[in-house]
Amino acid sequence: MTAMFMTRRIRPLIVCALALAAASAVTTLRAQGPDRRQPPPLGPPPALRLPAVQKGTLANGVPLWLIEQHRVPLVQVNVLLRGGSSLDRAGRYGMASLVAAMLDEGAGSRSSLELADAVEFLGAELSTSSSVDYSAIRMSSPVRNLDAALPLMADVLLRPTFPANELDRLRKERLTALVQAQDNPAAIIGYAFPRVVFGPAHRYGTPATGLAPALTAITPDDVRAFYREHYTAGHAAVVVVGDITLADAKARLDRAFTGWSSTAGAAPTAAPIPTAPQLTRREVVIIDKPGAAQSQIRIGWVGVPRSTGEYAILQVLNTILGGSFTSRLNQNLRERNGYTYGASSGFDMRTSAGPFLAGAGVQTDKTAEALREFFVELDGIRKPVPAAELDKAKNYVALGFPAEFETSRDLAQKLEEMIVFSLPDDTFQSFVGAVTRVTAAEVQQAADRYIRGDRMAVVVVGDRKVIEPGIAALKLGPLRVVPVEEFFK
Amino acid sequence: MMTATRGVTAVGMEEEDAQQYSAVMIIRPLVALACSLSLLTVVPLAQAPQAPATITVPYTEFTLANGLHVILHRDPTVPVAAVNVWYHVGSGREKPGRTGFAHLFEHVMFEGSEHVAEGQFDSWLEAAGGSNNGSTSEDRTNYVTDVPSNALELALFLESDRMGYLLPTLTQGKLDGQRDVVKNEKRQRVDNAPYGQAFVELTSMLYPKGHPYSWPVIGSMEDLSAAQLDDVREFFTTYYAPNNASLVIAGDIDIAQTRTLVEKWFSAIPRGKDVSPLVTQPVQLEGVVRRTITDRVQLPRLYMAWHTPAFYAPGDAAMDMIGGLLTGGKNSRLYKRLVYDLQMAQDVFAAQQSSALGSTFLVVSTARPGQSLEKIQAVIDEEIARLQQQPPEAREMMRVLNQTEASFYRRMERTAGFGGKADQLNGYYVATGMPDFFEEDLARYRALSPADIQSAAARYLPATRRVELSVMPATPAGK
Repeated sequence: MTAMFMTRRIRPLIVCALALAAASAVTTLRAQGPDRRQPPPLGPPPALRLPAVQKGTLANGVPLWLIEQHRVPLVQVNVLLRGGSSLDRAGRYGMASLVAAMLDEGAGSRSSLELADAVEFLGAELSTSSSVDYSAIRMSSPVRNLDAALPLMADVLLRPTFPANELDRLRKERLTALVQAQDNPAAIIGYAFPRVVFGPAHRYGTPATGLAPALTAITPDDVRAFYREHYTAGHAAVVVVGDITLADAKARLDRAFTGWSSTAGAAPTAAPIPTAPQLTRREVVIIDKPGAAQSQIRIGWVGVPRSTGEYAILQVLNTILGGSFTSRLNQNLRERNGYTYGASSGFDMRTSAGPFLAGAGVQTDKTAEALREFFVELDGIRKPVPAAELDKAKNYVALGFPAEFETSRDLAQKLEEMIVFSLPDDTFQSFVGAVTRVTAAEVQQAADRYIRGDRMAVVVVGDRKVIEPGIAALKLGPLRVVPVEEFFK
Repeated sequence: MMTATRGVTAVGMEEEDAQQYSAVMIIRPLVALACSLSLLTVVPLAQAPQAPATITVPYTEFTLANGLHVILHRDPTVPVAAVNVWYHVGSGREKPGRTGFAHLFEHVMFEGSEHVAEGQFDSWLEAAGGSNNGSTSEDRTNYVTDVPSNALELALFLESDRMGYLLPTLTQGKLDGQRDVVKNEKRQRVDNAPYGQAFVELTSMLYPKGHPYSWPVIGSMEDLSAAQLDDVREFFTTYYAPNNASLVIAGDIDIAQTRTLVEKWFSAIPRGKDVSPLVTQPVQLEGVVRRTITDRVQLPRLYMAWHTPAFYAPGDAAMDMIGGLLTGGKNSRLYKRLVYDLQMAQDVFAAQQSSALGSTFLVVSTARPGQSLEKIQAVIDEEIARLQQQPPEAREMMRVLNQTEASFYRRMERTAGFGGKADQLNGYYVATGMPDFFEEDLARYRALSPADIQSAAARYLPATRRVELSVMPATPAGK
């Protein structure tokens, strides 16, 4: 699950007085037209109709979770392996991501190209990837071709060949991508901000794809060893969404995945990585990009894990701060001041505490002004939130929730989230109610604990010559200038 | 087709994979993507067990007395109503000295109207659990408002108020505020993005001065600065009339009730003057147009472009399929040679960029460190020549076609938002007059023979008439 907070995310259904602040009625009632002095009233919110999650078990003990979805003749099959880049050991950050990418570079009797041809010929899509908390092999196939496509997926999962020449090719591709990233301020900040908050040692301080020294060092034997250790049935779960029943899916998967080891006696999943130490004082890091038209700003620190008991409260809190178009950050920096195309904030929740961050790309000559406004809002959110604003945010989160359950991809992602974070069965059903019950006091307490602008890291990628004097004059804290290359070592 | 949108870019948490073409809007116009369903009738074809299903999207359409064309489609999968408006005006209608104005205008449309105070458009929608966005291309401007089904009337009230009554509460402050936002959109997407300037160059290299596609949708800073309130008034009066728009409402709606609501909120909006079609002379390159620019990048990138048939014109689908044959998947011809076998290029992308007045076929490739664009271009030339000299293999064609068919299904799963069913119905209607054009669109691809591909490549991708743009590093690597 990617944690993007300005776009769509989890929202429940709420029954709540809509904060339709008395329509300030400019008037002119037209003769033949409807009365426009007030916006039309809303009917009762639609009921939340969540699709049924069916649970089964494959012959070897791997859990199978399924949602039937008969709109289109497609089936989505996702095999999840717990762990992801959290399993990377020191000096090998990027390993899980590279192993996942190697799975379809040769498997069973097929070469990389033969495998791709076979999948594409069926009109299927197959992808292998790894994020912080898990790796996944995902396949979408026309239902009529599923029996032909599943054996290909089984090869990728159970019989990858990890050819040395393919590893070298992917390695070069990734090393080149790292060169390209250094040209792009929006990419640089994605490397720099986590490094400043989590440091070089903690896994969250380095992107899942890793950096050049580790990528260069990884050998085919390393890849095989990682695969053998972590791609086991005991760490796996299967998610299916589509035009298929549970019994049918189980039968087809058992047939295709014959030979998959049993979950019996499987080693327990590795312990989650430790929570990073929290920042204690504000510091500023400037990364020079001469001539940059905008400064990329990120402000943040260590946030919360997905298991937080304050999940609903934090969703509401963030909606108010920077999680919606009318959020304070966006209204201030974009709509009121025009410094940016968009400002936002979010909690990136993972198994362990990921970052909280607020950010924007702002025009170079307004960088200091923008930073000042960021802190106005980061400080302001710790004061009591007015009732109308709270209601708007709660409704936005709650009433928009049902829309999150439309496509096969949406549904599969929800199941993945439940499995990877071991969420209770009623997570989505109960979320609506939880949001309904969020109070202003809870929001204030959460803000007081989780949004402390005076202790956060401030990372800016921009034209140092132009922006440094103004930033220094804000006296936010100690200021360092760090070369771009430092974040790619 | 280039688009510029209103939407806010979310703060990225982590770069999982390098976005090779972040600066290249690879998006084929929404319309090509497909239609919808759910109330989908799936009819298995009789003759072959492996034959794909056919799809129809039931809809109701009518036109109000003021000329607003309305299309309704029911899909109750989730309790959401998607309200989707296309105004038949894009950056192609802009006047000299006002490039970027259609998109700037789009932003002003969210700033309130006579009965909706500034800020309330967004506030009321969010308080109802809704969201909105807009986007502008050369040919059209679209607006998406997605709400829980109980808030449909609110969305219609807001949409109709800005269609009918935008000007009475228009202020200099609204225009100036969005001017700043749009300038920052340009800084973010073009000026501060690696290779961002390439598309600005390509438009001027491909089209003669004065052609509607000869300037970028985002416009120039100078022209954005020059836009006046009178421009807003004139543009609204000329192009934002109901008779120059089409409205699709799709989702968990009752068709009869929705029709009544549309009539209630939109009927009183006065019809505007007819908008005459945008007429242009066909464009043709007379030779090879070459240009080299520099950018703050470390790796050179090559862009090649040709003029090709307009959206839905004969040859458009063939060129689309040629894009798939050249760079769709690991076995595609250019990807396999440049990226997989020779490893000269970090990436390669080829696609038909369809637009109403005429399309372009684009090939883009970034050199690996130490590799030259000349060598990359030589391989591209070889592969295009091969396609011109021999028809593609049947299996190769089938691989691309199967991918195309499956993508049609995948794109039928979402109702709301950009590219959702509501948007697709509107796009098909605007382009063809038929909202449910799904089967007809797919049939264009199914009908292609290997010989069609060969002749399209020969006719539309001449080595002697095209654009070649090189983007070179401005400074030594690492700076």
